[in-house]
Amino acid sequence: MNDFLKIKDLWKLFGNFVALREISLDVKEGEFVCFLGPSGCGKTTLLRAIAGLDIQTRGSVSQAGKDISNLPPAERDFGIVFQSYALFPNLTIGENISFGLENQGVDKNTIKERVAELLDLVGLPEQISKYPAQLSGGQQQRIALARAIASSPGLLLLDEPLSALDAKVRVFLRHEMKKLQRKLGVTTIMVTHDQEEALSLADRIVVMNQGVIEQVGTPTEVYNKPVSLFVADFIGEMNQITSKMNDDGTVQLFGQAFDCIEHEVKAGSDVIATIRPEDIFVVEKDTTIEQSLVVKVKEMEFLGSYWRCSLAIDSGVDGNELTADFSINAVRRCHIVAGGNLRIELPKNRLQVFSAA
Amino acid sequence: MSQLISSYEQAISKPAIKEKIGRDGAIQRFFIAVIGLYLLITLAFPLYTVFSKAFDTFYYDLSQFSIQVSNESGDFVEEPINLQELNKQLAIKTIDDLKTKSDGRLSLLDFFPDYSFKSPIKYRLQGLTDDTTFLYGSDRNKGKVSVEVDSNSFRRILIRPVQERGFGNFTKFFSTPALSNSIYNSLTIAIISMVITVSLAFWFAYALKRSCMKFKGFFKLVAMLPILVPSLLPGIALVYIFGNQGFLKDLLMGESIYGPIGIVMGSVFFTFPHAMIIISAALSISDARLYEAADSLRASKWRKFWTVTIPGAKYGIISACIVVFNLVITDFGLPKVIGGNFNVLAVDIYKQVIGQQNFQMGAVVSVVLLLPAILAFMIDRYVQKTHVAGLSARSVVFEPKPSKVADAAWLAYSSFVAFFIVSILAVCQFAALVTYWPYNLSFTLANYDFSKTDGGGWGSFINSIELAILTAVIGTVVIFLGAYMVEKTKNFTKGRALFQMLAMLPMAIPGMVLGLSYIFFFNHPDNPLNFIYGTMIILVISTVTHFYTVTHLTAVTALKQMDNEYESVCSSLKRPFTKLLGRVTIPVCMPEILNLSIYLFVNAMTTVSAVVFIYSTDTELASIAVLNMDDAGDIASASAMGMMIFYANVAARTLHAVASRSILKRSRAWRTQS
Ligand SMILES: Nc1ncnc2c1ncn2[C@@H]1O[C@H](COP(=O)(O)OP(=O)(O)OP(=O)(O)O)[C@@H](O)[C@H]1O
Ligand SMILES: [Mg+2]
Repeated sequence: MNDFLKIKDLWKLFGNFVALREISLDVKEGEFVCFLGPSGCGKTTLLRAIAGLDIQTRGSVSQAGKDISNLPPAERDFGIVFQSYALFPNLTIGENISFGLENQGVDKNTIKERVAELLDLVGLPEQISKYPAQLSGGQQQRIALARAIASSPGLLLLDEPLSALDAKVRVFLRHEMKKLQRKLGVTTIMVTHDQEEALSLADRIVVMNQGVIEQVGTPTEVYNKPVSLFVADFIGEMNQITSKMNDDGTVQLFGQAFDCIEHEVKAGSDVIATIRPEDIFVVEKDTTIEQSLVVKVKEMEFLGSYWRCSLAIDSGVDGNELTADFSINAVRRCHIVAGGNLRIELPKNRLQVFSAA
Repeated sequence: MSQLISSYEQAISKPAIKEKIGRDGAIQRFFIAVIGLYLLITLAFPLYTVFSKAFDTFYYDLSQFSIQVSNESGDFVEEPINLQELNKQLAIKTIDDLKTKSDGRLSLLDFFPDYSFKSPIKYRLQGLTDDTTFLYGSDRNKGKVSVEVDSNSFRRILIRPVQERGFGNFTKFFSTPALSNSIYNSLTIAIISMVITVSLAFWFAYALKRSCMKFKGFFKLVAMLPILVPSLLPGIALVYIFGNQGFLKDLLMGESIYGPIGIVMGSVFFTFPHAMIIISAALSISDARLYEAADSLRASKWRKFWTVTIPGAKYGIISACIVVFNLVITDFGLPKVIGGNFNVLAVDIYKQVIGQQNFQMGAVVSVVLLLPAILAFMIDRYVQKTHVAGLSARSVVFEPKPSKVADAAWLAYSSFVAFFIVSILAVCQFAALVTYWPYNLSFTLANYDFSKTDGGGWGSFINSIELAILTAVIGTVVIFLGAYMVEKTKNFTKGRALFQMLAMLPMAIPGMVLGLSYIFFFNHPDNPLNFIYGTMIILVISTVTHFYTVTHLTAVTALKQMDNEYESVCSSLKRPFTKLLGRVTIPVCMPEILNLSIYLFVNAMTTVSAVVFIYSTDTELASIAVLNMDDAGDIASASAMGMMIFYANVAARTLHAVASRSILKRSRAWRTQS
């Protein structure tokens, strides 16, 4: 598969404010890409630039081999769903969906069939003559989706399409959307600030922060191998420990030297060491395997499928605490109780350091 | 970081990408350009001419002439002498004597004290510049022309003034008490009317919104009635009631209704609905939670009023004050009818222009009248901008609790106000139907035979209806499209900003000033649009422009409630925006569009100030007819015509209500009304 959408060195300025800085990104045909980042980081701005709704200040966008950098939206090839859905309130569901089909010289019957087909596709075949206000939020979202894909655009753009819905509907529609996208094979870009959504839907995630792309990668890549502290912090839970690098490339934690994932941080510099709660292992208390230390269990919180534990480090280093997630099995097997002591391992290939500067 | 900065500099050094203008972009630009041009031509340029005229002064430039006088036998022996030299030698005219109006003419006889029309002496007048103009009889001579005349004909030579720019007219205005006193008069009546109207309207609105009195619907309806008549009408009614033959004349205890008392009473009548609407809107935005909090603190009623009610309605009250002030100070009809010798600025403009044909002084008074109006307008804009709506999504709407005593008191108060309003209208209607108030009260329809009086007869009523319909239709289309372009398009940022500014301007421009500016601008012989002068078109344009701002803002508010992404979706679906406009935007905004058109219709029926300078004998209007009939002393016919305007407006509003209701009914399925 070749690159379908190519964004090169794109900038967007609002007056003096730099909303997007040097964005370059390639999206493959049929790929599902999520823009993920905190509020105000420029996700919507980038999406709108791709759509031509708010043209970038500088840089180029090309789609299917054609430079579309300065084209108005009407001359591009995309469908879009907004957070508000923007369904036309005075048109029926059928009329909403066929709005974009009517100009293509297609006869009425074909349009009718196409609308019925689309409604089937999104699972709402009986709603054709209702008005948007008579549908639930989730149903409206699906109608907006049907309208966006009605004329089979090459690119589907979604700006937080699920954020107006409650959690349950959101998870359900997430799956529906993924299925639909697979079925149609349409290249899709979705904006979200919900990491769970991005992790479960995307083929690749684009993590953005303050107008720049921090990392592009598959969900497992950005989760397991974050390239920056920002990404590490933003996606999933992460323990962060302020520490110093030793001369031999190990990191000094709780008065002990730990091996960590390969890095380019200079010896002796201040770093933040990170490890995810689920990557902390319980080991036999009496063994003295490498990369391990004894901690005291301060609190335990039962979260259904696992226990979340706050661990106090018993090393004289003040105030250090780690959060660890232990399976129910592990808790039972190792007799973990609040107030008890425990030996944990911080595996080398799970412990990552980032320069603190 | 340094790397970032350098790449930033590199990036901004390249030129920004220019969006290719698609079909929609082109159409939108075209629309903005057309409507922007419309506002430039109908507003900005004419206003400029008023300012320009205000600074035009005229004087006789004697140095442009030389004169040669012959001896007794008619031979020119002496050298010609410059007229200015001559004046200096003989000290005949002072500098002030040489100042004049645009149509001034100066005879040369004064410069020759020995002149006799029978003498055989001949005179030879020579123009010295290309622009020198003088009249010989009815011949106009311009340029370096010379004429030779005998003594008898010398009387027929008149020299014309030249134009100069300066503050002369303003100096004259401020040094003439009869003129400059009007500033004080206008301000006085505007402020007094403002205080009275806003106080009355506040309690009236309070009764409607915060009490459980009965007949609220009726009172709301009655309070709106004054909007349906020209401001002249309360003047006429007051003459009937308190005038020289008025049945309640004694109540004034010797004071005359003709003057400030009459103006204030009439102003309260015609500005009341405006203040009431604004204050009720402010009072309906109230959060019951604040009252509950105050109750839990055991605040007294009085304290609750001052700490919760008044702060909540503050902006509404300020806004109402400004609107009333502006309406009164710019109103022409009422002080014209009942002002007597009490001069106010708006009437002064009329007197200068129509009475004395002194256009320059008319322009000066206009500029003076603009100042308070613009100031008030700016305060209002400032207040609106700093005012953030006090109601959040979580607010709980205040529900008044019934109270026997209080509700009865509110009912009494509201009945008193309603009685005042209805009486004014009833008096006019009654007077229109009797033979000769108050001496012969037998029923007659003679006053409706308008052909016997000034003012264009029934034709003027038909003209008014035509004007109102045209204004409503054309105005709604222009204003709604303009608002759409400002609100819903993205390109053309500078053009839109200019447009937005122009759209706000009419609110600050008194109708008299706008009308006067149209004389200057459209009646200018060099203006290619001169042909619309004296036609219905110019009346429509003037009325639409005069009421542009309020309607524009209404349209903008309606459009703001529409999702901004409709346009984005539409373009992503590759449909032209006009399709969206026709199928979605206009149908959804239809109730507001109907509101715009009824507002324009009613105002076109009642306005006097915006049209009084530019109507012609072919386009006499009902409201102008009321003015002219009153002027001619046919006050009963004036009342009859005034009430015809009222009934036409009632009919239009009824039609509007029916149409609105049916539209809302048909669209109930998709309108989410909660
Ligand atoms: N029209 C505009 N004028 C000025 N600044 C703007 C404009 N649009 C966006 N911005 C700014 O650009 C930045 C990025 O905005 P954007 O809407 O792209 O954020 P986002 O990542 O979509 O955030 P959210 O998750 O809140 O939707 C923000 O700081 C925003 O204030
Ligand atoms: Mg966004």
